[in-house]
Amino acid sequence: MEKIHKPLDFILAFKGAFVASIIALLLFGPIMGLVLSGYDYQAELQRPLIAAVVVFVGRFLFSLLFQFAQHEPRLQWMLPRKTASVWVEGEQVESKQSVRLFSAMTAITVLTLTGQFWLSVAGGVVLYLLLSRLGKRKHQVMVALVVILGLLMPFFATKFWLTVLIAALIYVLLGLGLNIVVGFAGLLDLGFVAFYAVGAYGYGLGHEYLGLSFWAALPLGALMAACFGAILGFPVLRMHGDYLAIVTLGFGEIIRLVLNNWTEFTHGPNGVSAIPPPTLFGLEFSRIPKQGGTPFHEFFGISYDSSFRYIFIYLILFIIVSLMIAVVTRLRNMPIGRAWEALREDEIACRSLGINHVTVKLSAFSMGAMVGGLAGVFFAAYQGFINPSSFTFFESALILAIVVLGGLGSTVGVIIAAFILTILPETLRYLATELPKAIDSMSDYLPSFLHNTLSTLSDGLGDIGSYRVLIFGVCMVLMMIWRPRGLLPIQRRAYHLDKPGDAK
Amino acid sequence: MSHLLTLNQVNVSYGPVQALYDVSLEVGSGEIVTLIGANGAGKSTLITSLFNKPKPNGGAIHFDGHNLTSEQTHNIAKLGLALVPEGRHVFPSMLVEENLVMGTIPIGENHLEQDRAHIFDIFPRLKERRNQRAGTLSGGEQQMLAIARGLMSRPKLLLLDEPSLGLAPIIVQQIFGILKEIAEDGMTVFLVEQNANHALKLAQRGYVLVNGRITLTGSGEELLANPQIREAYLGGH
Ligand SMILES: Nc1ncnc2c1ncn2[C@@H]1O[C@H](COP(=O)(O)OP(=O)(O)OP(=O)(O)O)[C@@H](O)[C@H]1O
Ligand SMILES: [Mg+2]
Repeated sequence: MEKIHKPLDFILAFKGAFVASIIALLLFGPIMGLVLSGYDYQAELQRPLIAAVVVFVGRFLFSLLFQFAQHEPRLQWMLPRKTASVWVEGEQVESKQSVRLFSAMTAITVLTLTGQFWLSVAGGVVLYLLLSRLGKRKHQVMVALVVILGLLMPFFATKFWLTVLIAALIYVLLGLGLNIVVGFAGLLDLGFVAFYAVGAYGYGLGHEYLGLSFWAALPLGALMAACFGAILGFPVLRMHGDYLAIVTLGFGEIIRLVLNNWTEFTHGPNGVSAIPPPTLFGLEFSRIPKQGGTPFHEFFGISYDSSFRYIFIYLILFIIVSLMIAVVTRLRNMPIGRAWEALREDEIACRSLGINHVTVKLSAFSMGAMVGGLAGVFFAAYQGFINPSSFTFFESALILAIVVLGGLGSTVGVIIAAFILTILPETLRYLATELPKAIDSMSDYLPSFLHNTLSTLSDGLGDIGSYRVLIFGVCMVLMMIWRPRGLLPIQRRAYHLDKPGDAK
Repeated sequence: MSHLLTLNQVNVSYGPVQALYDVSLEVGSGEIVTLIGANGAGKSTLITSLFNKPKPNGGAIHFDGHNLTSEQTHNIAKLGLALVPEGRHVFPSMLVEENLVMGTIPIGENHLEQDRAHIFDIFPRLKERRNQRAGTLSGGEQQMLAIARGLMSRPKLLLLDEPSLGLAPIIVQQIFGILKEIAEDGMTVFLVEQNANHALKLAQRGYVLVNGRITLTGSGEELLANPQIREAYLGGH
């Protein structure tokens, strides 16, 4: 059979590219073109111009690529989704494909951290192929692979990436927690950072005043955050939507302001310092133990390495995160999880079924808060220092963005989004320092004009870390266009009473 | 004579506005009883006041040996009352199947498989659509689902608030046909309706509610034949 190919429409691509480059010029003009020096500024118009050219070429090529992809069944996944599918079967197929892609991409990113680029690409490709070949056990194999990779990770990663991964996992926890409140129960919470702060200060102050260790603070911090969740829950029981959002926003700010202003107790903006990292059955990971006793490296007779501490934090965190993922996944299928969802869907129906909306809402708030509190304890232990500026509204917004980007209610989506939003800026920062060096080292081989262009571009990259929020916003906008229901919209399991064959 | 549900001189107010005045009625085990009334007569108020929402400020409600006015709202469904609320209120983004599972909340999932199979016998349409999101069902299918969800809790009394609301005559006929089947299986049904014609044909007994007061009562046939009723609810023919 012969397929009818429409010829590629170059004019269309050109038009799109032209418009895009004009927009790029308008957008990048002020940002990149005006360089402040003192109270004055210099116009460096070639920078936005180069950016516009890059956008033009990129848009042109993408347009052609998409036109091509439309006729190529294997490239269909590139195209934006047109409508949300009604049928569950269809949705599942769709997300299986993306799970495969995303896990391959994640594997590549994670493996890149070890510094072996080609090895990581090979790993990602192997994983993708493996996943598409595996039959029914795909899910289990994938989970096992991710767990093994995750556990081995810290022994290969550099210290820098290790700390990035710890931060990413902390955000995964936060995302999982907020996902219970916003994703499952549908209660829009704009002050989630409050529970994060309660966990962190619970450990920081608990250590300072009561001498709590990390292992004592972990359950206590979580418990305390859960109580705060319930405290917030009571006054907002009758609220919905906008009103709820405003009150939770206020709650988040109150916690931060109290931490900032109750100087005698919390030390205000100076924060709490010298918070100890976790110990392994009393063995410390520092060179000279602060609490006496034998440090870890002496006990095992190995030489001291400052990254032991991070490896250990990472491993505990990884285990806790895995545990929480398991718990949250279970919860969703348990009566309480279903009650959360039901309450989100229709309160009147819930009433008629005898669901007690008080307990259901409170349990959602306190479960979510508990997970947020856990993240706080880890944050305090890993940073060793906390102050109120870590718990601003921006954090709440970031966590909410993770949940929305991942797909409300979708656990896997939230995990992926947390990784993207924390690792991406660090990767950009890393590139920003590495790229100019690489370009400089090539200066002998490249024609000078190309070299100049490249270094101007990489200079532009130089402070890309400070464009974090901009990039973040662009990502959000693109996401909402491409995947309005999040990276991995939640799947509804289809039930099969009969064997698939005899369904009538 | 043992009644499953008895309302005795029930008064209900929304703040200063009184919605029900001294309402008394009974529903016996195995009966189909209907309550008809115009818009704003207080039909929905009566049915939700069984769940203490709003709480009656006078009178007594007894159901199967329990005094409902002293029970908490969320415990009442567990006593064996299933409400099919006005306007259906299915869980729109859950699948049909999941909606049915939600229906088992008052009693737990022990009989889930068996009851679901039974429900699919009564509502073959829902079986076809079982893996579809409830929000994408047609109005009639949603009404069937709401009834089916109510039945999943194995109620002693099925309460329906205007199941014919917003449905085409042919679909209304279907729904009432199904209600008849359910009742013939031994279910006790209390049906609140504006569609007096259908409701009175189905029911053994009926009550007429006007501005919060019960003005007439009798067997379905009697009420159907009553000239006043024909005038007020059946458009005079
Ligand atoms: N939440 C409320 N607050 C104040 N008044 C209410 C409330 N709900 C109902 N009412 C009033 O109580 C009266 C009875 O209302 P109800 O909803 O019971 O009528 P209904 O017979 O079910 O009407 P319909 O056939 O339109 O559903 C109406 O006058 C209505 O305005
Ligand atoms: Mg009504």
